[in-house]
Amino acid sequence: MSEEVIKTEGLTKVFNHHLTAVDHVNFSVKHGEIFGFLGPNGAGKTTTINMLITILKPTEGKASVLGFDIAKQDNDVRNVIGVVPQEYTADEDLTGLENILLCADMYGIPRGAAKERAADLLRLVELTEFKDKRVQTFSGGMRRRLELACGLINRPKLLFLDEPTLGLDVQTRTATWNYIRTLKKEYGMTLFMTTHYLEEADTLCDRVAIIDHGKIIVVGTPEDLKHSLGGDVITLAIKEDADVSELIKKVDNVKDVKKEDGSYRIKAEIGEVTAPSIIETLRKKGYTVTKLSLTEPTLNEVYLEFTGRSLRDAEESREAFAAQRMTMRRARQ
Amino acid sequence: MSEGMNELNEHRAGKLHGLWALTNRELKKWYKAPVIFILSIVQPILWMGLLGKALNIGSLIPTNIPGVDPKVVLLQTFGTSDYFSFMSVGMIAFTALFTTMFSGMSVVWDRRLGFLNKALSTPVSRAVIIFSKVLSATLRSMFQAGVIILVAVAFGLVFGPHFTLLNLLGVFAMMFLVCVGLSSIFIAITIRSTRIETPMAVVNLINLPLMFASNAFFPIAKMPYDWLKAIANVNPLSYTTDAVRQLLIYDTNWGQLGLDFAYVGVFAVVVATIGIVLSWRFLTK
Repeated sequence: MSEEVIKTEGLTKVFNHHLTAVDHVNFSVKHGEIFGFLGPNGAGKTTTINMLITILKPTEGKASVLGFDIAKQDNDVRNVIGVVPQEYTADEDLTGLENILLCADMYGIPRGAAKERAADLLRLVELTEFKDKRVQTFSGGMRRRLELACGLINRPKLLFLDEPTLGLDVQTRTATWNYIRTLKKEYGMTLFMTTHYLEEADTLCDRVAIIDHGKIIVVGTPEDLKHSLGGDVITLAIKEDADVSELIKKVDNVKDVKKEDGSYRIKAEIGEVTAPSIIETLRKKGYTVTKLSLTEPTLNEVYLEFTGRSLRDAEESREAFAAQRMTMRRARQ
Repeated sequence: MSEGMNELNEHRAGKLHGLWALTNRELKKWYKAPVIFILSIVQPILWMGLLGKALNIGSLIPTNIPGVDPKVVLLQTFGTSDYFSFMSVGMIAFTALFTTMFSGMSVVWDRRLGFLNKALSTPVSRAVIIFSKVLSATLRSMFQAGVIILVAVAFGLVFGPHFTLLNLLGVFAMMFLVCVGLSSIFIAITIRSTRIETPMAVVNLINLPLMFASNAFFPIAKMPYDWLKAIANVNPLSYTTDAVRQLLIYDTNWGQLGLDFAYVGVFAVVVATIGIVLSWRFLTK
């Protein structure tokens, strides 16, 4: 198998001949990484994922998933991928176990093997004791875990997660992140996820692509993207009434110093190492540092830099909006 | 476990895999929900007991006119001297229509809740997704038809002179044909709707007119207008009802029965093909 698990070339989707949802997108996902698709609602994330999981046909361009062409070998693709949709698709009237077995049936897995796998997966997502309870009684976090179990029933090499923590509270979100990390670490799975939570992309993803208006704006590791903004910002003040700008500039990794109302705003790489050296340099010259703060750029700033605005929430179809609202409502149960 | 997770999915599925699982998912919502299941049995009892018995057509014919025997008048009009038997069979077609239409509604929910997309991302065939809907609606209607026959017998349905248990198989075969046709076309409509109100409006618009422009409750020959007769004569429900009457309560006319089956059979094949092609196109856009 090639190193590239997903590769797209000029992938495009036009709805109703005029609405371009995804516009000549090129990217590749490497084996074993968590790749994040970051963008506001309506940016084209779900349309891209829907093409890759073969439920939408591309208008133009092509893509391969695990070596299979998504247009010509769609059924091969479906066999080897797992999908965890944004919505809670589990049937509320059925039990947790019945839902997993239903998924197994859709993959044509014989009942005996399906039962063994279901038991394993229920253990993995810690739902074993609730397996015979109807999904109606499940909390948002439990439903999310059940979706995860269903998406893993065919032992996929590549798992697609569409907004995996939409509507979940902070605690459940962190727990979900841990399950995702386990899949990568212990099973060597490749994960492709979409999200519009920046901190989720930051903590979870090995690489992210920022997409807006159907186009990929930038791809890279969260670290690289943050560094591309020019590094960390150190703010400090000294007791003495003197200009030490030139002194600070000489410290390694310092890129820029600005004096603002008695404090210094310093742009530096690897701030956590540079800050102590600055303090040390100043102390040697007899200055006393009275205040210091270190700010690392967040993906939010990266996002602002590349899209020119904060994550927006408007401009999406009524249907997508209703589905998202429904997911969030059920997550809170 | 980790060993297992690292194996590839070795099971390659056949063309029709998942059909029963998806059909059963639909049916479970019905037979595993006691309220819905009991209501679907109580409903024909109420209809038959109230509507069926309230329409006491026989009593409209005066008995004191010499030379007029109410039983003969009824026989000439309805083909049986018992109106209740006539209309309870009409009720079977009525139920087929309603059950197939309303059970098709679940497609809208499958779409809104994302289950449809989930199913589309698995190797289950698109045709199987559509067939499972058709099949579950059909099986449900056939069960309801069975209940109606039982209830009608309890309320005094009079069987025809040549009735045998084999005729019941004929009734179910007829129900199967008409339900496959009706539910296929209806699913082609609902699968395009994002809200439940649209197919509901369509159902409310067509179900009663379709019902009354047929011989389910009143014989076509006695209808007052030619245009109404023309509609009733092409309405597949007329043929369905006639076939069931031939099988259950009439002195079976085999030629007529053959015609009924041919008509409904062609209807089912044509309409199911159109419905499935339309749904297929929608799912592979």
